[in-house]
Amino acid sequence: MLTSNRRLVVYGIAGALAIGSGAAFAQGAVAAQYRWLTFAVFAAIICVTMYVTYLAAKRVKSASDFYTAGGGVSGLQNGWAIAGDYLSAASFLGIAGLISQYGYDGFMYSVGWLVAYITVLLVIAEPCRNIGKYTLPDILAYRNNPKAMRIVGAISVVTVSTFYLTAQMVGGGVLVKTLIGIDYEISVMAVGVLMLAYVLFGGMVATTWVQIIKAVLLVIASLVLVMLVWTPYGFSLPAFLADVVGDTKVQAKVAGLLGDAAKNMTPQELGQRFLEPGLYFKAPIDQISLGMALVFGTAGLPHILMRFFTVPTAQQARKSVVWAMAIIGGFYVLTLFLGFGAAKEVGPGVIASIDAGGNMAGPLLAQHLGGGPDSFLGNFMLAFVSAVAFATIVAVVAGLVLASASAIAHDLYVGVYHGGDIVPPQQQVRAARIATVIVGAVSISIGIAAKGQNVAHLVALAFAVAASANFPCVLLTMYWRRCNTGGIVLGMVVGTVAAVGLTLVSPNLTYPKAVRAASQKVLDGEAAKRSAIEAALASGDAAAIEKATVDQKALDKAVTKAKDDMKKVEGKEVSIMGLEEPLFKLKNPGIISIPLGFLAVLLGALLFRDKRSEELWPEVYARQNTGILASKATSH
Amino acid sequence: MATAPKIDWNAVIADPRFQALHRRKQGFLTGLMIFSVVFYFLLPIGAAYFQDLFKTKVWGVVNFGILFALLQFVVAWGVAIYYSRVANRDFDRMAREIAADYEKGG
Repeated sequence: MLTSNRRLVVYGIAGALAIGSGAAFAQGAVAAQYRWLTFAVFAAIICVTMYVTYLAAKRVKSASDFYTAGGGVSGLQNGWAIAGDYLSAASFLGIAGLISQYGYDGFMYSVGWLVAYITVLLVIAEPCRNIGKYTLPDILAYRNNPKAMRIVGAISVVTVSTFYLTAQMVGGGVLVKTLIGIDYEISVMAVGVLMLAYVLFGGMVATTWVQIIKAVLLVIASLVLVMLVWTPYGFSLPAFLADVVGDTKVQAKVAGLLGDAAKNMTPQELGQRFLEPGLYFKAPIDQISLGMALVFGTAGLPHILMRFFTVPTAQQARKSVVWAMAIIGGFYVLTLFLGFGAAKEVGPGVIASIDAGGNMAGPLLAQHLGGGPDSFLGNFMLAFVSAVAFATIVAVVAGLVLASASAIAHDLYVGVYHGGDIVPPQQQVRAARIATVIVGAVSISIGIAAKGQNVAHLVALAFAVAASANFPCVLLTMYWRRCNTGGIVLGMVVGTVAAVGLTLVSPNLTYPKAVRAASQKVLDGEAAKRSAIEAALASGDAAAIEKATVDQKALDKAVTKAKDDMKKVEGKEVSIMGLEEPLFKLKNPGIISIPLGFLAVLLGALLFRDKRSEELWPEVYARQNTGILASKATSH
Repeated sequence: MATAPKIDWNAVIADPRFQALHRRKQGFLTGLMIFSVVFYFLLPIGAAYFQDLFKTKVWGVVNFGILFALLQFVVAWGVAIYYSRVANRDFDRMAREIAADYEKGG
């Protein structure tokens, strides 16, 4: 068993490297002659994590080892692993990008991701540790009908994880293509194969270490960049931001965002506007709805919940959340400097010209601070940040696949199919590994199939389902005496259906008529803009010419995109749901679906009765509060 | 788990010490949770409906909005540390006393 594991790990590395080196290259942010640097840095990360996986593979003997690292992870380690699991590419590159494009609103967006952990800390982490075992359905099955709980719970775990996973796979594929220029399909496969190698052989032990290593690298990279950005200002916040306000690239971006409203503003006022709210978020209710999904959804994310079963006690669970909050919050404060720094040093226009969403802000800042696109140091720093981004995707995907696989193997196969009868440990581990391969293969396929799809809303949807279905159910089964099987089943169904259903009729989908109108507007305005740019180019003023050149590039891009969009919706009148325009006006369903989820649990619990739920309440309540027997369950 | 002692859970939750722990914890957690959620939503609400306040410059070019967003981080960490201290000091001790008694088979 051991030697075969070892051989397979070696094959895994060889396979991943072969995929990487045989890749067909397109143009990426990393220049061709420095691409080997990215691979060297990334290969170093792979080697370290694979070695850890090799060591971990020896220790994975039981289901508990595979799912929860035998409960032997310390609070500090788990804190770093939670941060590694949570700081996905979307938050690592996305928030810095948002700040570099829209200033204040980007920073405001990051706050909700941290505050979410207050909910996890106060009401979820410790009770879950005290009564749970491996998975989210374990918590629900404790006092309610086990079969019913495992079925609805596993469905919900797989649903939430699949939404999140698809977003990670597609986002990751695009990201790696933009950064290094590897083909989309190949980068999705490389991520998938690597992730499978970690999870399959090392289970939770290896997954935990991959997440820890990645989180440490991420924090180091960010700290170095922030030091370089901030040191010239003697670590003064006002001095640094004053330079951001005074930057002509930033002022030009704000002028572009405000359009006609910018006409009577001085350059200083335009720059100052970058530090004020309202450039990105136009609909406050939507913003609040998103905040609700974040603050309550994080506590219902299966891959985050699962992390609390890896620590031995409730005290360590508490400690791990506090550490995770320190690391995650500290990281978001650093992104304030990364985002504004990128806007000032690189310029919002240049960043958007490589990736419209601004995702390249961090990597480009690294390249710029190292000495620019032609310098070795600049490219080394870009290579390092790109490698960390790649590692980030692998680490997050590994956590998600492990959560899905455990729901399938532990809840559906062992719990439902075998009716919870004692299944021999080896068979349990085997089931877990088979489930991992299936989930991994499916996620690679989905990643490739969803190429070019708009998946940005899938992360928000995962949070919305977690907040509307999982969170009310987990919370109420632990804290509410009357909660029972009927309540949980109804809550899970209504919460999921409400969140998914509202999203399907929301503005997140493509509405051909709206796309056509927007594209037409761009094309109609083209001529006027062209003549303005030509006038500026002929003016002889150096600053005006520089600005006009950037504008010209942006206009070319916008026109190409508008033409592409027109082609995509040609002959179509309705969205895939058959709607001409959205029925539900908000992008985030949380503000409606979360209360609905809670109501459904209350209603279901009051309508139906379940003797088991009532009889086991004292046990659940005593256990979740005191941790009686909890620490003994895992001491081996 | 199979060898775990049989515990009379009804006796545990009827235990006055458990009742005391439960009362303290429930009040404390509810209060802290409500405070945290309300305080957080002041940020998006303020940014949307109190823009003049958020735009007021307080420290050079640094406006109230930026300081308030930074304060959110400080408050979140503060809540976490405060909760940990109370839990480490009081809740853990109370829970351990109860657990020790009943796990012995009492």
